[in-house]
Amino acid sequence: MSMTDIFNITMMQGFAGLSLFSVLLLMGLGLAIIFGQMGVINMAHGEFMTIGAYTIYLASTLTERYAPSFMEEYFPFAILLAFVFAFIAGWIAEWALIRHLYKRPLDTLLATWGLSLAMQQTFRSVFGAREVSPTLPEWLLGSWSPAEGLDIPINGLFVMMVTLLVTGFVLLALYRSSWGLKVRATVANRAMANAVGINTKRTDRLTFAIGCGIAGIAGAAFTTIGSTGPTSGSLYIVDAFLVVTFGGAASLLGTVASAFGIAQTQSIAEFFISGSMAKVLTLLLIVIILMIRPQGLFASKIRR
Amino acid sequence: MSNTDFVLAIEDLSVSFDGFKAIDTLTLYLDRGELRVIIGPNGAGKTTLLDLICGKTRATGGSIKFKNEEMLGQAEHKIVRAGIGRKFQTPSIYENLPVFKNLEVSFPRGRGVFGALAFKCTDDVSSRVQEVATEIGLADKLDMEAGLLSHGEKQWLEIGMLLMQDPELLMLDEPIAGMSARERDLTAELLKRICQNRSVIVIEHDMEFVKRIAHKVTVMHQGKILAEGSMEQVQKDERVIDVYLGH
Amino acid sequence: MTPTTWFKRHGLASWLVLACLLLVVFPLLFDNFRLNLVGKYLSYGFVAIGLVMLWGYGGVLSLGQGVFFGLGGYCMAMFLKLEASDPITTKIQSTPGIPDFMDWNQLTALPAWWVPFEYLPFALLAVVLVPAILAFVIGYAMFKRRVGGVYFAIITQAVTLILTVLIIGQQGYTGGVNGITDLKTLNGWDIRTDSAKVILYFVNAGLLLAAILVCGWIQRSKLGTLLLAMRDKEDRVRFSGYDVSMFKVFVFCLSAMLAGIGGALFTLQVGFMSPSLVGIVPSIEMVIFAAVGGRMSLIGAVYGALLVNAGKTYFSESFPELWLYLMAALFIGVVLAFPNGLAGLYETYVKPRIGKRKSTVAAAPVDAPAQHPAPTTLDALPPGLTVKNAERGQGELA
Repeated sequence: MSMTDIFNITMMQGFAGLSLFSVLLLMGLGLAIIFGQMGVINMAHGEFMTIGAYTIYLASTLTERYAPSFMEEYFPFAILLAFVFAFIAGWIAEWALIRHLYKRPLDTLLATWGLSLAMQQTFRSVFGAREVSPTLPEWLLGSWSPAEGLDIPINGLFVMMVTLLVTGFVLLALYRSSWGLKVRATVANRAMANAVGINTKRTDRLTFAIGCGIAGIAGAAFTTIGSTGPTSGSLYIVDAFLVVTFGGAASLLGTVASAFGIAQTQSIAEFFISGSMAKVLTLLLIVIILMIRPQGLFASKIRR
Repeated sequence: MSNTDFVLAIEDLSVSFDGFKAIDTLTLYLDRGELRVIIGPNGAGKTTLLDLICGKTRATGGSIKFKNEEMLGQAEHKIVRAGIGRKFQTPSIYENLPVFKNLEVSFPRGRGVFGALAFKCTDDVSSRVQEVATEIGLADKLDMEAGLLSHGEKQWLEIGMLLMQDPELLMLDEPIAGMSARERDLTAELLKRICQNRSVIVIEHDMEFVKRIAHKVTVMHQGKILAEGSMEQVQKDERVIDVYLGH
Repeated sequence: MTPTTWFKRHGLASWLVLACLLLVVFPLLFDNFRLNLVGKYLSYGFVAIGLVMLWGYGGVLSLGQGVFFGLGGYCMAMFLKLEASDPITTKIQSTPGIPDFMDWNQLTALPAWWVPFEYLPFALLAVVLVPAILAFVIGYAMFKRRVGGVYFAIITQAVTLILTVLIIGQQGYTGGVNGITDLKTLNGWDIRTDSAKVILYFVNAGLLLAAILVCGWIQRSKLGTLLLAMRDKEDRVRFSGYDVSMFKVFVFCLSAMLAGIGGALFTLQVGFMSPSLVGIVPSIEMVIFAAVGGRMSLIGAVYGALLVNAGKTYFSESFPELWLYLMAALFIGVVLAFPNGLAGLYETYVKPRIGKRKSTVAAAPVDAPAQHPAPTTLDALPPGLTVKNAERGQGELA
């Protein structure tokens, strides 16, 4: 094996790790807002992702039929649409269900699981039980070869870009916008936030909906790397929760760090052992670390 | 200091939360059979001190010796078993259980998992429950659900639950908060009775009440001891007056 | 105490009704096929009563009961599989005498950790002990560090995922996605015959009724009182000299053992064990059995397991597209509309009427929990309110 081969393998391996990192982070981001900031256990998180994925499928099908010339450009708009649809669904879910259950975390868990079942069945009734894939624009296909023997898949790069954008946007929104200030004030002290004139109920609904919207973007981005079925969302849910919990629920940077750690562990382990065993090893490590350090990697410091 | 006659010897005790020193190199000794009242403005660290003694909060430095045995770093249930009982600020009782059960559960037998499975309410248990219930004035309400008791009665019930364990050191955090004048009188009597064979620490704000019960008063301010002595001595102390009236 | 009040207080009447239903009515009413189905549902009853102890009484929600159910089931299945794989029946394999799936995966000898499962006493012991040991390790680590509520639920769910991925990934040792199938005899006794199935049904029903008595006894012991006290004021219990975490570890182990027994009985009656029965989805479904029956009621939980499973069988055959909606409605309903499940509905609507007509409790399908702790206050309180939250609420007031 020559030096360039080793270099190429290292590069591609590193890229695989980064790719998994961006997938995990994108999954976790919406949940980091809903679970981390609001403390709501949303077991239907995966289904909100699926909403985003089906939105892309719908957009691609409609574009193909009615505006084939638009095929190269539809994707970014479809992603925005995915955010909007998931946002609306989240808004409705908060109004109909979640708001009755604040401060009852275990009950929220059960109720949102019920919600996820209903959403899965709806997907199945509307889109069928088979997995579907949207027709992707040409520019998302193929791979990028910066050097001989080095192939970087473009869809992976694309997911990475989306993750970067969304993460930056969420950080900015949470720490620089008035919404972010309201959310953080409500998290820190709900009664006090109410007293200083923050409409905490409205903040809650908006926060939940934004978290769901971000899940929608995640689902939309994932259509570039895999197909979508009615139960696709349930595949993500445990991973998403672990990413957020492992990072320390209330810390957004913790979520980033934990997604990175988990992704690197798993992709490095995959190099030596089978995929399923690498998954087992990674999960086992997370569980053991969480048992030793239940507050996660980056716990927020609170005087107790 | 090594062995002492004090039931409780706290030396150089400190705890800080993220740099904020809630208790700052505090030293305090408590005699056997003494009823000590701790007073001080809000945020002086009174409740934190009790939290440290009973193990609810971990100290950053110093030592707490109970009967010459180090208590720092011990698990909460072990500290209780050593003989330290603690009443919380808000009445902390099992609202869904009848008064009798509240007291019975506090009886210091069958404290392990299998001990609890094998536990039987024998005659000595129920007579002890009767005894304590009479002491706290709830003998005729044994079958009542604890949640239905009045606020004052709940406070007494919690004291009763501690008495069931017959602790050598009893710590009460604002036992008369929210009580009527009559209930205060009864509580004062109760405290005088129960400190006859044990030491008691009481945190209290009501100066009239403190005067009636205290053997000795400790004034805390900003995590430190400001003054210590009889009520008259403390009331004359310039610094104490300053802290209470100065700002 | 007069015998009648004793009778009432201990909920024995409702236990007798259930016993009558399981041991007399069902066997008379149903043919062998249906009775076997009921037996299968009843094996989930063990999980449900375990959850009543753990979740209802202990206040700890585990989303990993499928793991323990599966471990119990697999321990049983391993013994049965070894008995079914004697060298004569498996002589066409390249390595006769080992389970077929091992042969397909190019294993040439029985793995060492399979060997003890050739002995029935070991396998039976493992059915109970393997789940208990795993529960002890997880519970001890978590409860000692005061992890509870949601975090505990997420960790148990992760454990479920680990076990499922492990079983599916290690085909050669576990049978992979197909599970362990083609189970035939138990010490030479053919478990596939109709008569064997009837006998196993009665064994299952008997053990379940016995388990309810044991759990009822625990509920009435000081330990049961302490569990209720812990749900209300955990700190008060701790500062009364109790090691709170060990009590939680105990109920967690208890629920794991019960689930293990259920899993073993499932394997015996259905004739196979597979990872699809132990994963994340079935584990959450198990919670709904207890929730539908009433999370504080042992007997209600059994009815819950029976009804939900019967509903699942019926709907997924006749109206498959409706079943998930119905499940969804159940999950949301037990949280928003009837938090105490069937037992709660019975307490509020059926029991007062029966009292008026002065008839016996025997007529009612569902009974109140043994020694229900003051239904009025329970209804008033949000049942999911964890101790941690209650504390936080207090802290804000203080």
